Amino acid sequence: MQFMLLFSRQGKLRLQKWYVPLSDKEKKKITRELVQTVLARKPKMCSFLEWRDLKIVYKRYASLYFCCAIEDQDNELITLEIIHRYVELLDKYFGSVCELDIIFNFEKAYFILDEFLLGGEAQETSKKNVLKAIEQADLLQEVRHMCFLKICRISVLTQ
Amino acid sequence: MPAVSKGDGMRGLAVFISDIRNCKSKEAEIKRINKELANIRSKFKGDKALDGYSKKKYVCKLLFIFLLGHDIDFGHMEAVNLLSSNKYTEKQIGYLFISVLVNSNSELIRLINNAIKNDLSSRNPTFMCLALHCIANVGSREMAEAFAGEIPRILVAGDTMDSVKQSAALCLLRLYKTSPDLVLMGEWTSRVVHLLNDQHMGVVTAAISLITCLSQKNPDEFKTCVSLAVSRLSRIVSSASTDLQDYTYYFVPAPWLSCKLLRLLQCYPPPEDGAVKGRLVECLETILNKAQEPPKSKKVQHSNAKNAILFEAISLIIHYDSEPNLLVRACNQLGQFLQHRETNLRYLALESMCTLASSEFSHEAVKTHIETVINALKTERDVSVRQRAADLLYAMCDRSNAKQIVAEMLSYLETADYSIREEMVLKVAILAEKYAVDYSWYVDTILNLIRIAGDYVSEEVWYRVIQIVINRDDVQGYAAKTVFEALQAPACHENMVKVGGYILGEFGNLIAGDPRSSPLVQFNLLHSKFHLCSVPTRALLLSAYIKFINLFPETKSTIQEVLRSDSQIRNSDVELQQRAVEYLKLSSIASTDVLATVLEEMPPFPERESSILAKLKKKKGPGAVSVNELEEGKREGGELNGGGERGGDSSSTPSPSADLLGLRAGPPVTAAAPSAGSLLVDVFSEAGVNDDGFLSEFSRFVCKNNGVLFENQLLQIGIKSEYRQNLGRMYLFYGNKTSVQFVTFTTTLNVQAKPVEPLIEGGAQVQQVINIECLTDFSDAPLLNIKFRYGGALQNLTLKLPVTINKFFQPTEMASHDFFQRWKQLSLPQQEAQKIFKANHAMDTEVLKAKLLGLGMALLENVDPNPENFVCAGVIQTKAQQVGSLLRLEPNAQAQMYRLTVRSSKDTVSKRLCELLAEQF
Repeated sequence: MQFMLLFSRQGKLRLQKWYVPLSDKEKKKITRELVQTVLARKPKMCSFLEWRDLKIVYKRYASLYFCCAIEDQDNELITLEIIHRYVELLDKYFGSVCELDIIFNFEKAYFILDEFLLGGEAQETSKKNVLKAIEQADLLQEVRHMCFLKICRISVLTQ
Repeated sequence: MPAVSKGDGMRGLAVFISDIRNCKSKEAEIKRINKELANIRSKFKGDKALDGYSKKKYVCKLLFIFLLGHDIDFGHMEAVNLLSSNKYTEKQIGYLFISVLVNSNSELIRLINNAIKNDLSSRNPTFMCLALHCIANVGSREMAEAFAGEIPRILVAGDTMDSVKQSAALCLLRLYKTSPDLVLMGEWTSRVVHLLNDQHMGVVTAAISLITCLSQKNPDEFKTCVSLAVSRLSRIVSSASTDLQDYTYYFVPAPWLSCKLLRLLQCYPPPEDGAVKGRLVECLETILNKAQEPPKSKKVQHSNAKNAILFEAISLIIHYDSEPNLLVRACNQLGQFLQHRETNLRYLALESMCTLASSEFSHEAVKTHIETVINALKTERDVSVRQRAADLLYAMCDRSNAKQIVAEMLSYLETADYSIREEMVLKVAILAEKYAVDYSWYVDTILNLIRIAGDYVSEEVWYRVIQIVINRDDVQGYAAKTVFEALQAPACHENMVKVGGYILGEFGNLIAGDPRSSPLVQFNLLHSKFHLCSVPTRALLLSAYIKFINLFPETKSTIQEVLRSDSQIRNSDVELQQRAVEYLKLSSIASTDVLATVLEEMPPFPERESSILAKLKKKKGPGAVSVNELEEGKREGGELNGGGERGGDSSSTPSPSADLLGLRAGPPVTAAAPSAGSLLVDVFSEAGVNDDGFLSEFSRFVCKNNGVLFENQLLQIGIKSEYRQNLGRMYLFYGNKTSVQFVTFTTTLNVQAKPVEPLIEGGAQVQQVINIECLTDFSDAPLLNIKFRYGGALQNLTLKLPVTINKFFQPTEMASHDFFQRWKQLSLPQQEAQKIFKANHAMDTEVLKAKLLGLGMALLENVDPNPENFVCAGVIQTKAQQVGSLLRLEPNAQAQMYRLTVRSSKDTVSKRLCELLAEQF
């Protein structure tokens, strides 16, 4: 996988992970182009498209689009399930995740992703093992409870 | 997990994020961010030392600001400080910041690497993982230099925790991708391969990505992975859906690992060991069988995971291309998917079937789905799926179904999306020519193309139809009739006017008997389009008019009147004005005989095969001339030491306009060929006769160093080369003639070459430099294989690089006396090679001289007693030795024959030079 982008229906980028070296300018250009392309597609269209010399695999969960760029010989369907497993991990960790969780805890979203995918390849596909790694990390930290009220918790998974 | 301690309590961060979200305008957001940046800056600069928590919070805020798309130019130092914190979350945030905002500041890199080094040696697995994640995320060369030696050790050490092993494997993969020269597996190879046997599925899942990448580059060293991968796959495939516990995903056992195993096997040919192969075939059969079983779950995740494995298995079956039974089963399975209700599956089935179509075992099986595919082309609502369907139709086309497929593609063109029209047009044109049995069908098809999608018909396409009509008298009358009818349409495309003008100008007489298409009717029809056309088309029409005067004297006065009108004879465009003036004059002063000679019908174009057929032939073996060579010359591999390098800049320059015509066999002649003698020659000068149209591309380069090596409708390859002593440098220019990108563009030389830019934008050109060293004398030229994807289709061609032994000549000047003395010294029978052959070209002294000079030897004047003869001398420079060579060429003008004698100190050289040269004169 070359990169993964999460963006909202309004085109706001929520998470970006690049597994190939690119300049900030290129990253912005690619993001702009892809967000536009993917948002323009209709709901029933297929989840794959050719883009430059890459294949784009994307899926929408509630208000969020998850979008991965893979190479020619990579498997589209398994990438689709990589996206789904990541959503499941977020969901399990945050307890029915919504876009707000990812906005306010963006660093956690990155940490979970790093446990799951590294260098663009699946590192650990067991949900249990990934969450165990994150939980351990949480145990190591001095827990300060934060009273942050979530106003609209719309589960990402309930489409 | 309970939804309590989400976030680790960085309240300030949450407040800041809320503030940003509440901003009503972009300006307000920028204002709020600037305020925050000022605040953080003052905290970092302040006298009071910040505690770890505050530092973490501010670094995290900076990160958030950066991810919003703003520039961050400070805070790196504070982030680096966090790396050495003992608190996990502080370290974690520090690493995240570094991963996202790498700075090539060397001072900082050293500090970062230091912190990573400490964490790697800490023996604390969570810290080690963080450090490895950071290396994998940054993947810079500096990090590779610092850690590429250490990580393999961590990966294979017995006491390393599983999670650390997983991170180490993928970390190494990332470093290998950026700096392959620094990652040396060496002694670790076998232990890394054996990670495929690891008990922990996660370790196998991570390690296999590394092993796959390494296998692609060094297949031999890693080939033991094949049997291990097969047995691992076999265990997974035969396991029950619950055996693998958490590695089972929606009732599918280890789908990610299965896909990766199947992918790894695609780096290798089918296993040689019968038992291993049998086991693998069993696996593949099981996977195909499972596709027929009822689903264990209705969830899309279940079917996706299951089908991901199935598609990967099919890819492997196609890769092996050796099991007819499996290939046909795969094809049937894909056939089912073609009508599946899931768009994703239809898309993938079309894509995968495209590759199946090229296998001889499954081509027929693919063809049975033609109706479904045509239906997909017509009814799919998603353009990307329709594109796949069009690609598949193109791939499954052969003589038996060409008419149907071309007709369907044509009718689809009428409604096709603009984005894919040009590609469709090209495909239709290629298929129509490739499978034309009857040329009236071909003419109809191309005219239809112009009618339906005129804007997307490139010059090559309509040049080609004219060439074919001119070369085949059986289709000329039909073509004239058809274009005449096509031109009746009130609005017809300019390309149609061009084809119409040209064909009626040449063959209008064939339909002039019919009063409905009498000469005057034809002329009026053409002229009615004149005013709507661009200058080049008008110029072409004027030439057609003068041809009319010759064909039909009764139109003379009408046409002269047109030419005489101010809008022609005083046209502000100099080309049009000149034509009008010259044609008018020509028609009034020349006698009928002169006119008939000057305006004679165009001679046939040199017959040449379609570029695609040519490509196919080249794929099977070296070019036409070389068939003898291959038999005669013994294979002496490796005499030529070619190390390619990529050109420094791959600047996008549009290919020169003079090379637009992609159908000719070689570069155009600058002067009009004397035999054509027609004024019309300038209209199609590019299509004119080549001075050496009989030579293959390869032998064309024996006496010259620059030119066009290959050209078809898609690609043009130009060559520039220079040689000094035993060294040479060759510049290859790959020009994309279409407006669509070529992707995954690769070239391989049978010697060795570094990669070329993998992507060529439409209309752009990339350059590749090949350095050549001649080690010893040789007969066979190096082969260059070029592969790329154009649209969906894989293009593959093999060319002989025009590197011949004579390129390494150093000319030697010598007097008559010396020449004959050396000639006598080289008197052993095997040192001499002689050929007597018929002249292929006019025996023009100057041309001969130029060719001999191009050969690289010194052309010696006043040596041979017979002034008609030519003698040359030179020394071939190879690394191993120098080979002195003398040459004598005796033309016999009366018999139109030559006698060529070459003597050199090495028999193979004499023979080779003689062969090379005999084709030149």
